[in-house]
Amino acid sequence: MNAIQTDLITALPELSVLCMAMFILLLDLFLKPGNRILIYIFAQLTLLGAAYLTVNTHTTTVSYAFNNMFVHDPLADILKLMMYLATSIMLVYTRSYLSLRGMFRGEYYALVLFALLGMMIMVSGAHFLTLYMGLELLSLCLYTLVALDRDNPLATEAAMKYFVLGALASGMLLYGMSMLYGATGSLELASISNALLNGSIDKPILVLGLVFIVSGLAFKLGAVPFQMWVPDVYQGAPTAITLLIGSVPKFAGFALVIRILTQGLPVLAIDWQGMLVIMAVLSIIIGNITAIAQTNLKRMLAYSTISHIGFLLFGFMSASLNGFASAMFYISAYVLMALAGFGMILLLSRKGFEAENLDDLKGLNQRSPWAAFLMLIVMFSMAGVPPTLGFYAKFTVLQAALQAGFIWLVVFAVLMAAIGAFYYLRIVKLMYFDEAQQHTPIAAPFEMRLILSINALALLGLGLWPQPLMDICAYAIGSSLQ
Amino acid sequence: MSFQGLIFQDYVFYALAAILLFAGLRVITARNPVHAALFLVLAFFTAAGIWLLLEAEFLAIALVLVYVGAVMVLFLFVVMMLDINLDKLREGFWNYLPIAAFVGVLMAAEMAMVLGTQYFSAEHIIAPAPHPAGYSNTAELGRQLYTDYLLPFELASVVLLVAIVAAITLTLRDRKESKSMNPAEQVKVMKADRIRIVQMASFKEPEEESNTKEGA
Repeated sequence: MNAIQTDLITALPELSVLCMAMFILLLDLFLKPGNRILIYIFAQLTLLGAAYLTVNTHTTTVSYAFNNMFVHDPLADILKLMMYLATSIMLVYTRSYLSLRGMFRGEYYALVLFALLGMMIMVSGAHFLTLYMGLELLSLCLYTLVALDRDNPLATEAAMKYFVLGALASGMLLYGMSMLYGATGSLELASISNALLNGSIDKPILVLGLVFIVSGLAFKLGAVPFQMWVPDVYQGAPTAITLLIGSVPKFAGFALVIRILTQGLPVLAIDWQGMLVIMAVLSIIIGNITAIAQTNLKRMLAYSTISHIGFLLFGFMSASLNGFASAMFYISAYVLMALAGFGMILLLSRKGFEAENLDDLKGLNQRSPWAAFLMLIVMFSMAGVPPTLGFYAKFTVLQAALQAGFIWLVVFAVLMAAIGAFYYLRIVKLMYFDEAQQHTPIAAPFEMRLILSINALALLGLGLWPQPLMDICAYAIGSSLQ
Repeated sequence: MSFQGLIFQDYVFYALAAILLFAGLRVITARNPVHAALFLVLAFFTAAGIWLLLEAEFLAIALVLVYVGAVMVLFLFVVMMLDINLDKLREGFWNYLPIAAFVGVLMAAEMAMVLGTQYFSAEHIIAPAPHPAGYSNTAELGRQLYTDYLLPFELASVVLLVAIVAAITLTLRDRKESKSMNPAEQVKVMKADRIRIVQMASFKEPEEESNTKEGA
């Protein structure tokens, strides 16, 4: 077997997703409107097939392909499997929402799969070029998806803001990469790391490059002070797209930070630690305090995302394997919560009506006790109330930060989490203690109710038995880094 | 700085660099958007010249062909077709100037500190040896793209595909009232499809004629 064949086999999951995305694009042209459901089925089958290939090619060792540009390690495999699962759940939640609003089109599914491909490339990137190409592929798909509802001025405005700010962030990231390339003479993460270990390179150039890279990463993650786009895009985009933006790409963002900061620039850890500390603290303050003033549920969840990103950065700033594993646990927990949270908004929406205001949740217990109970779990988990998954996730990242010696920051984060609990618990109060303003029965397909129930109950179940997920994260980080 | 050791290439570089800086400055200061676009063309052209000095012939030609030849022409068309109200764009310029100037000067100073001659001088970064006369830049670039950089190259093609899909998704509208014609059906049309021969009397009834007159 020659080199290119081994390369192609290593990237088999990516190739299968790419081929299926193009197949779906073509299939859509030949389908009658009544048979569109086939596209949905094919998209789900693609995810299943990619998961099968990823599991089948899984190895516990680290191997490189395509001239060291593509890395195949347990971290990549596990993050990919998590992304398939999250994408699959997202497709289940959004199907009826899209078909009720005339957005159930082949392009949606093709673009979601292309975005997934971009994220898979990011997760497996071992070279600045591949990481950047994956990021651009993802971003381009997301910009388009936000604008998919073309006649909605809010969505178009959100897409425009997202596009302009995203392009700016990409520019900053590229500028930082070019600085590091100028200093080290390589774009490959492993050789950059080696070149830095020699210590013969002038620090100011590296730190200048690092500032731009961290700013670009913070932009993509939505950490303060680069969070301006998050609330507008979350609120303006159709809820189905908000669900996508708020969930799966967080895995890719996590992978981007891991690959660039911890695999490429571990020597500069002392420098990026300081930057992450500032961003983490600001994110938690701005996210939690601004969320209190929101009346729009999607906007509130956007600010809650910002504060969750702050907690995620707490895992990174300890710069230890334990900290990275806890960050991975946090991001997995967050994606599960975001899926369930936005899934609830989709569940309560119907044709011509978006359940996106806090008032729409009033008296949910009278309309549907089960939906109210599921939302209760999601809100408790986001607030970090034991015994939910959100509590355990916050606990692990703060524990990692504590071990790294950030005692005052941890005390501060716990205080802010307590303030943040206010706006989550306000939703619980609205659902259980207020009079219902509308009595329309909740109409949603059976499979969506089923998966949403499982998703929300998983937040409770994984909170009670977090060890398996924690073990997976520790295995992925432990066997891939160093 | 002494001009003793300068060779011909250095003079060319400084001349091109000066034109490039001037053109870049005029792009953002020109009042007329068409002039700004034309100065951008000049900037691209000069940058292509600098690339030629660096022995990157293919990139230089691609820059001229793609940016000057295609992108900027399209851009000029757009600028000429849109009625851009410059006064509206300039509104608030003086209000924003102090803070923008502060941030800009700060960033420029910071970058100058790092990018100054201290770290990027000729002693730190040794100039690569010039290539022999028969060296083909284009062939070398092609070989690199299809071997070492195969994965990013293919990814770039996927990004372009997504760009096409995105553009069509966002702009194509199936219009029901569309008046487009199908040429194949037009060719296949028979006389019987279009003309109906009706038998009718060769003269009209007088009563009918009076009725129409009243109606008119």
